Amino acid sequence: MTSLLTYTFKNLPNTSKWALRFCMRPLSSSSQVQAAAASQTKSKKTLAKPNIRNIVVVDGVRTPFLLSGTSYKDLMPHDLARAALSGLLHRTSVPKDVVDYIIFGTVIQEVKTSNVAREAALGAGFSDKTPAHTVTMACISSNQAMTTAVGLIASGQCDVVVAGGVELMSDIPIRHSRKMRKMMLDLNKAKTLAQRLSVISKFRLNFLSPELPAVSEFSTSETMGHSADRLAAAFAISREEQDEYALRSHSLAKRAQDEGLLSDVVPFKVPGRDTVTQDNGIRPSSLDQMAKLKPAFIKPYGTVTAANSSFLTDGASAVLIMAEEKALAMGYKPKAYLRDFMYVSQDPKDQLLLGPTYATPKVLEKAGLTMNDIDAFEFHEAFSGQILANLKAMDSDWFAQNYMGRKAKVGLPPLEKFNNWGGSLSLGHPFGATGCRLVMAAANRLRKEGGQYGLVAACAAGGQGHAMIVEAYPK
Amino acid sequence: MVASRAIGSLSRFTASRTLRCSGYICRSFTRASALLTRTHINYGVKGDVAVIRINSPNSKVNTLSQELHSEFMEVMNEVWSSSQIRSAVLISTKPGCFIAGADLNMLNACTTSQEVTQISQEAQKMFEKLEKSTKPVVAAINGSCLGGGLELAISCQYRIATKDKKTVLGSPEVLLGILPGAGATQRLPKMVGIPAAFDMMLTGRSIRADRAKKMGLVDQLVEPLGPGVKPPEERTIEYLEEVAITFAKGLADKKITPKRDKGLVEKMTSYALSIPFVRQQIYKKVEEKVQKQTKGLYPAPLKIIDVVKTGIEQGSNAGYLSESQRFGELAMTKESKALMGLYRGQTQCKKNKFGAPQKEVKQLAVLGAGLMGAGIAQVSVDKGLQTILKDTTLPALGRGQQQVFKGLNDKVKKKTLTSFERDAMFSNLIGQLDYRGFEKADMVIEAVFEDLSLKHRVLKETEAVIPDHCVFASNTSALPIGEIATVSKRPEKVIGMHYFSPVDKMQLLEIITTEKTSKDTTASAVDVGLRQGKVIIVVKDGPGFYTTRCLTPMMSEVIRILQEGVGPKKLDSLTTSFGFPVGAATLVDEVGVDVAKHVAENLGKEFGERFAGGSLEMLQQMISKGFLGRKSGKGFYIYQEGVKNKNLNSDMDSILASLKMPSQPDVSSDEDIQYRLVTRFVNEAILCLQEGVLATPTEGDIGAVFGLGFPPCLGGPFHFVDLYGAQKIVDRLRKYEAVYGKQFTPCQLLVDHANNPNKKFYQ
Repeated sequence: MTSLLTYTFKNLPNTSKWALRFCMRPLSSSSQVQAAAASQTKSKKTLAKPNIRNIVVVDGVRTPFLLSGTSYKDLMPHDLARAALSGLLHRTSVPKDVVDYIIFGTVIQEVKTSNVAREAALGAGFSDKTPAHTVTMACISSNQAMTTAVGLIASGQCDVVVAGGVELMSDIPIRHSRKMRKMMLDLNKAKTLAQRLSVISKFRLNFLSPELPAVSEFSTSETMGHSADRLAAAFAISREEQDEYALRSHSLAKRAQDEGLLSDVVPFKVPGRDTVTQDNGIRPSSLDQMAKLKPAFIKPYGTVTAANSSFLTDGASAVLIMAEEKALAMGYKPKAYLRDFMYVSQDPKDQLLLGPTYATPKVLEKAGLTMNDIDAFEFHEAFSGQILANLKAMDSDWFAQNYMGRKAKVGLPPLEKFNNWGGSLSLGHPFGATGCRLVMAAANRLRKEGGQYGLVAACAAGGQGHAMIVEAYPK
Repeated sequence: MVASRAIGSLSRFTASRTLRCSGYICRSFTRASALLTRTHINYGVKGDVAVIRINSPNSKVNTLSQELHSEFMEVMNEVWSSSQIRSAVLISTKPGCFIAGADLNMLNACTTSQEVTQISQEAQKMFEKLEKSTKPVVAAINGSCLGGGLELAISCQYRIATKDKKTVLGSPEVLLGILPGAGATQRLPKMVGIPAAFDMMLTGRSIRADRAKKMGLVDQLVEPLGPGVKPPEERTIEYLEEVAITFAKGLADKKITPKRDKGLVEKMTSYALSIPFVRQQIYKKVEEKVQKQTKGLYPAPLKIIDVVKTGIEQGSNAGYLSESQRFGELAMTKESKALMGLYRGQTQCKKNKFGAPQKEVKQLAVLGAGLMGAGIAQVSVDKGLQTILKDTTLPALGRGQQQVFKGLNDKVKKKTLTSFERDAMFSNLIGQLDYRGFEKADMVIEAVFEDLSLKHRVLKETEAVIPDHCVFASNTSALPIGEIATVSKRPEKVIGMHYFSPVDKMQLLEIITTEKTSKDTTASAVDVGLRQGKVIIVVKDGPGFYTTRCLTPMMSEVIRILQEGVGPKKLDSLTTSFGFPVGAATLVDEVGVDVAKHVAENLGKEFGERFAGGSLEMLQQMISKGFLGRKSGKGFYIYQEGVKNKNLNSDMDSILASLKMPSQPDVSSDEDIQYRLVTRFVNEAILCLQEGVLATPTEGDIGAVFGLGFPPCLGGPFHFVDLYGAQKIVDRLRKYEAVYGKQFTPCQLLVDHANNPNKKFYQ
């Protein structure tokens, strides 16, 4: 493993002193031995529970994640979702009529397709007898879709569920102002010409100013980037550290892409355009280049920039979740078990993005695991500053004691196991679709790198958070 | 001080830089001991930036005292003379306070205006040096930056403030009857423009950081931080310091300029103000407005205008001189002493001298969703207190809930609250028609109609459902609490909490204890009142307590004066020109004629002849005609929705004519009429102290000013007696006594004070 790491770092043209620091660590601590030792002495052999159905991910796919305003810009969200569903059908060859239920997560809803799961499923050729619903929970919407599926299967309501997520930031619903809407509705009700004229006479020019979907937290009126900048400052994380982390994410993503590790990506023939085969937001740059950018939120002295934040992304993802016995009966070789999961929430103002810190120890304790048991960490990277703040929070006794009601710190996930194939910073972050990507990345990494347990964690608007244990399916 | 100034003036000669370098080393050695003895300020050097940290020991706030002043000068001289230092950051490490103002004790210790002028000039010189510093100084402001603190900050080259609710900037000197005496009258107009500077200095209003940024009062904002690996407040100050250091470096390197881009409107205004004629018009307008509002009773605002004018029209030297001289003069005025006394009193009445209650009130219940009940609920829910609002009918309850919502929503419109905060606060309110949930109440405040039997019924009903520890507080303006408590099973838990209308605007809360009220009950009531943001006086039970009791004889005199043929408008103008914020006739309309009569009757029975004067028949006739005051749309005046100018109610003429009494020419001059009103008020107030209803003169003054609108420029009845002389007041009373009899007989305590000029209520 060490050799693998050092090898790849040697081959990265943009490796900085940061990367060096990371390759130093495994060398000096001979993690190979440790990792080997750790995999043999897991706290638990498996997380299977008596009298509860084992739930597996058969496989999962996603469309390439693209920067908003690029190849997907003329599509509608259900088009993207349909692409993910078709891709999943193609990849797994699951008979359409076996699917009991379909759940999708999305954040910014297209009002025409507010139940985007249903619209996409119909178009993808699923049986019109398969019900579908859409969930929303900000950046953990598809996590919610998956855990809803887990619930349906565990309770015996369903055996086969497709869960996914979609986001199309290239087009967002921009509305007329409330005043204009009110006038238009009144006009609808007006019967006579006189009534209509009296409604129209109330028109003022400022009615025409449009209403954009809020980019800020409703409860605090603060944008997420602004909150991330404050969070980074609260944990005294410098601009350099953030840029270095972003560079790491892009470098690792680039490597994963080049080595063909991102196997969940399925090509998508965009109508009227070329076939899209890979993510287009991966741009390893240099620290010098990144240092030139101006702060994007707290001007002029903030530390969060376009380069160390995740970008607006279009994309969709879908996974096929089944009861284990059903999957085996159908002759599938599942990729992973979905095990314990946890949702948390905290102060949406000052701890907006600290969800992973709160969710991680809880889900580990629930599963009876320790940090050492985890072989693959897949954390959602909203901002470099957010990831680093979460790492610092997990490494702080003070924070654990004063804000989490714990006696001691959560502990630091080892970075050599952390988002090794890139993350949302580099691969992109279509809000509603990221959760499935995280789970598939964890599952695929466990298969590729070896190891038994993966931990998926993410923060979300509203001060919420999620974590889930993914257990590799025995080969 | 003198020595350090000499050193400072030397440091301005850049030619002597090399010399100073060697000098610095020596000095830094000799100053090592000084560094240890510095108590208010310490400083360290980060790179080439000196970070000067202010933190006065043993105090919640930093004030510009003599010691802080000289330590600051000392440090600045070191900064200026060090070759290693290229810029400086000035910051307070005290949470929630940059510098809250000048040390008032320092001013109070002065006996002549020359001494005060001297203090002002010292400060002016120091700030002028700071302003001319070649090494940029950045003021990093977190918390209150008021008065002298603001003057210090605006002398720096750059200001960075945290965008915290606690961070406010302002020049509140005018509220203490003085003016900003350390250069603000000269610097503010240049910095924020003449109109905004006048607004700041004449109203004394506090400006929040974001507004200050828009005005150009601060250059950068820093967002307060949440928790990290340290407490949020601590880290926020650290972060502010870090940001300030980068700006200090930027300024020293000339990468940042302190000049700010002005908007088009600003440019146009500043152009307009460069025309002398326009400026003259502004001075005139402002002066007229001040005259109208202060009736010439407050000298400070006019002097502020004068000083600003001098600076702009005759140059800053003349301006600084004028500022320091007027400052000295103002500090010696009675008005200033009265206002400073009130300020101190207000501070005292914001403390709980009964200690912390055994059990903190978490669940409050208010009975009666009327004007008062809903008002009490509003000031409770917006402080996070869970509050049940109970009434007997749905429409009455709905009206009360709407009042609370409107009160909160108005704050949203003013942008002091977000709609989300409003919703969260409003959810602390539970409206209901029954006693559900009262078993969890820690305190019940009843605000039902002023009727003893109704209050008895409510008390019994409530006691049947509340837990043992629950306090029962009665909001009444005149019914003795002891009488209400007669039906209580646990009179030690019964207390009076007299709120003033409108509850969300009036600062005063009068708490009334009976002989049986326990100390813990009082502590609990004071605690709740303080959390509601009130200024609190605690008085003994008795008819009318303190406030109503003082007001009633004055009201009786109001009726007599009206009967003697003085019209309501004339009476109003006489009282407002004496300093009352509301005219006497208007006050009757505001209080409600029925309430006034009810109180006058009750107290009249208790106190007999001393409370006599005008005939209650007038109020009786008004009630029978439906002239109940503002609430019924008619009283002495006619009240119409949306009509600002109120007109006299002509139907009153016949009532006034039928009850007309001959006026007494000896005591009916304008001044006599004013003093007949005020002396009866003051005499009764002092009697309350004499009888022990009041515990301290301070509470008497605070109650009179904040609850009843006693002229603030007089400082309350007790300050008034101290400052104007007890003998003069006794003389007045004797004069009126000769005409009207016992109503004007001075009380013993007042006579004692008159007989012994050394006796003062405030030593």
